[in-house]
Parts: sequence; structure tokens; C-alpha cells
Amino acid sequence: MVKHGKILLFLACLIPLARLLWLGFNGGLGANPIEFITRSTGTWTLTFLLVTLGVTPLRRLSGWQWPIRLRRMLGLFAFFYACLHFTTYIWLDQFFDFSGIYQDIFKRPFITIGFTSFLLLIPLAVTSTQAMMRRLGGRNWQRLHRLVYLITVGGVLHYWWLVKKDVTQPAIYAAVLVLLLGYRLWYRLFRAGPKNGV
Amino acid sequence: MLIKRPTDICPSEITDREIYRARRQFLQSVPAALAVAAAPGLFATPAFAAEKLPGVRKNPFSTNEQATPYKEVTTYNNFYEFGTDKADPAQAAKTLITRPWTVFVEGEVKNPRTYAIEDLLRLAPLEERIYRLRCVEGWSMVIPWAGFSLNEIIRRAEPTGNAKFVEFVSLHDPKQMPGQRSGVLDWPYVEGLRLDEAMHPLTLLAFGLYGEVLPQQNGAPLRLVVPWKYGFKSAKSIVRIRLVEKPPVSAWMRAAPGEYGFFSNVNPAVDHPRWSQARERRIGEFFKRATLPFNGYGEQVAQLYAGMDLKKYF
Repeated sequence: MVKHGKILLFLACLIPLARLLWLGFNGGLGANPIEFITRSTGTWTLTFLLVTLGVTPLRRLSGWQWPIRLRRMLGLFAFFYACLHFTTYIWLDQFFDFSGIYQDIFKRPFITIGFTSFLLLIPLAVTSTQAMMRRLGGRNWQRLHRLVYLITVGGVLHYWWLVKKDVTQPAIYAAVLVLLLGYRLWYRLFRAGPKNGV
Repeated sequence: MLIKRPTDICPSEITDREIYRARRQFLQSVPAALAVAAAPGLFATPAFAAEKLPGVRKNPFSTNEQATPYKEVTTYNNFYEFGTDKADPAQAAKTLITRPWTVFVEGEVKNPRTYAIEDLLRLAPLEERIYRLRCVEGWSMVIPWAGFSLNEIIRRAEPTGNAKFVEFVSLHDPKQMPGQRSGVLDWPYVEGLRLDEAMHPLTLLAFGLYGEVLPQQNGAPLRLVVPWKYGFKSAKSIVRIRLVEKPPVSAWMRAAPGEYGFFSNVNPAVDHPRWSQARERRIGEFFKRATLPFNGYGEQVAQLYAGMDLKKYF
């Protein structure tokens, strides 16, 4: 059952990419296609990060166990869209102008924080396998993977700082993130003993 | 002896050439329009044939760079009165009513005037000005505007000795401009120029685009075009032109004083606090290109800023 579910979820997670390709081949990306692709892969990265962070609250609130088995795939898709986003930036947007990229990363706070968040995602993706989990040991693995909180906060800030004036869109992501992290805090303070992780 | 026989056709019955041509164009476009109507999902919304502006003359200020296609110019732009996404204005601006339209020219002038848009259009011959437009966000276009120099209207108002700046106020009507229901900017949209900038022949009061009446989303029925400044300086849907003594505080200066200055001249050497202004993406091109000082109009306008520290007066 979960196996079929996984295949379905895998295909569903590819829809944003399929949509971009379809729009691309049909001239549907608008007047500034590179901007469109950058925005789309960026917001999907954030969406997947938030959905991944939603798994634990969903499991706790519903009592279902199956969502936890889908979390790795969701997290890896967040990484996948982050890679597309990063590639779009260095290839399509900057066209490998490394001096420009270097300046962006060190001079522009929104790019500094976006780039940092992307770098921090890499160890999480690398250690996502069962074998790595065993090698690190459950506790260390969990500690490492708590980086995802920092990464998602960084991702939302990255979006917030780049918009010119209207912060409605980043504010929606921020609100969902506050809800998901707030739930964890509440759970830790009032529901779980000090030994249980978040 | 020459006997003049009256023709069977009364001159008033002869179809005007423009109308005749328009009819032909319409008939030619019918098959395409039907195809579009039959497959609405596959094609963009067909643009309704806009009204042609008669007698638009060529002008030497025009660039010979390739113009950005009409579709991109009219579907990708900032006009916060209709939403903050660049695709919003094309969708939402149909509610803007551009006739009747009145423009007040007032303030420090000997001869304040109130113009109906029809009279303004006849004030001076319309010229085609193909200008580069550089948005502060880092993209650019080449746009064939139709209009005349702003100085035509300011001259006639006869500024007094106190007039040092010109303030432009855009329409404020949340019923017509749904974006004004949000507080993203302090409405109405206000922009300003120094008097010498406003009097510069490059500074254009535009009524048209691609030889046709301005579409609503591009700032109809009249807008400013100041090609050496970032796009937001070119106020749209203007209702008031005031000659004033003190520098006007623009909507963007009010919203983010650290990011948007009064001058806002295109300058690759002065970054936006959050992003670089060194390069730009010309819509339709893959590679970014270098941004030019004063958007390439330095030869005409650099002397307006002689001796000024452009980092300080950004």
C-alpha cells in the first residue's frame, strides 16, 4: 500500500517540474522566462521544505504512522528543487559569471542566506539513506537533521528580502513556518517529557 | 464649355481611408480571431484592436535597437495600482476609464490650465520615440512610444521664478484601480523631476505605444517617459502636473527612502541596496547585458548632473 503510495507521491512531486517544461515548450513562461523559472523552483523548494516539516505534526495530531515513511522522499524533493533553483541562478541567470556570483553571495544578504541554506541542505541529502542513518546513529542523525529548521527559516528570509515591496507571498510561507515550528515548541513544552525529541 | 455633372456619390458617403483600411484589417484578422476563440487554452487572450493614433512622426531621439514585441510590453510591467505582479496590470487594468480624462497643470505657474485629454492630444504633433526602458529590478525593454516632449505643456503654463521642481500625481480611485485597496504604497502615486529634467527634450509625455493609443495597463491615457531614469520615475495615468518650489517626495521615496532616491538615474555604478545594477536582462534576450550610465542617454543628459555626487544623489 505504502509502496504504491510512494510511487504516486513521487510522480506528484514531479508535477511542478513537468509544468515548467510544458510551459517552456509552449511559450508559456511569460516575458521573462528565466525569472519565472527562478521564482517557480524557489517557491517549490520552500513548499517542499514546509510539507516535510508538516509530517511530524500530522503524525502526532492524527496518530497515523504512514506519513513518516514518505518524509525522506519529500525532503529529497526539497533538495531536488533547490538544486534546480541554484542551477537556474548560476547557469541561466548569471551564465557562470563567477565574479558576479561571488559578489552576490558576499554582498547581497538575501543571496548569502539563500546560498547558505542550500549548502546546509547538502549534508542532509547525503545522510538521508538508511545506511547513513545507521552509520551516524539515531541521535546524531536526528541532531544533524534538525538543521532543516534553520534551512527553512533561511529560505523564507531569502524570499522575504528579495521582494521589492509586497511581502504577501513570503509572509504566507513565514506564517506556515511559524505554525509548524510553534507546534513543535508547544509539544515540547507541554506534551513531551524532556527526553523526547521534537 | 465644361459642364460639371454631380457625381452619384456624395463626398460624405465616401468611406474614409483609415476606416476602409481598418475594415480590411479586421476582415483579415477574422480567421485568426476565430482560431484563437476556438482554442482559448492554447493562445493568450487576443488583444482588442487598439485605436490608431494619426500622424505620428519619426523622431531622431529614437534608438534603432530592436523593439520589444507588443505582447511583452503590454503583459509584463509594474503598475502597482493594478497589483504587484508584473502579469497583474494586463489582467486587471480593464476597469480603468480613460475617457473623459482631465489633467490639471497648476502650482507655480502664471497660466494654470485644465486640459481635456482630447485637447492635450492636439497640443503638439505626436512623435514616435523609440526609447530604452530600464526597470530598477534589472530588466529592460525597447519601446516605441508616441507623444511629445513634456516641455510643450510646461512652457505653455509659464512657470514662475519659484518653480524649481515638477510633481506628477497619478489617478487615485480604488474603484478603478483595485491595487489601491492595498496599502503597498501610499496612494496616490507621486513622482517628481527637477524643472530642468522636466524641460529636457528627451522627457516625453506619452499617449501611445506602437502607434496606437496606450493600453490601460501601460498607463493610459497619458504617462511620463524619462528614459535615463529607472522605470518607476515615469508616472502613469497622470491627472495632475504641479510646478513646485521644493523637491516632491515620491511614492517610492516614502515607501523605502534608503532604496529609492529622488533622482534614480540609471547608474551601473550605484547598486540598489539589495541587488546589483551593473547588468540587465533585455526582455527576449538570454544573456544579460551591461547597464549603461543614464541608460545610454549620457550624451544628452549627463550635463544636468555635472559636479553632483551621484552616489549621494541616487
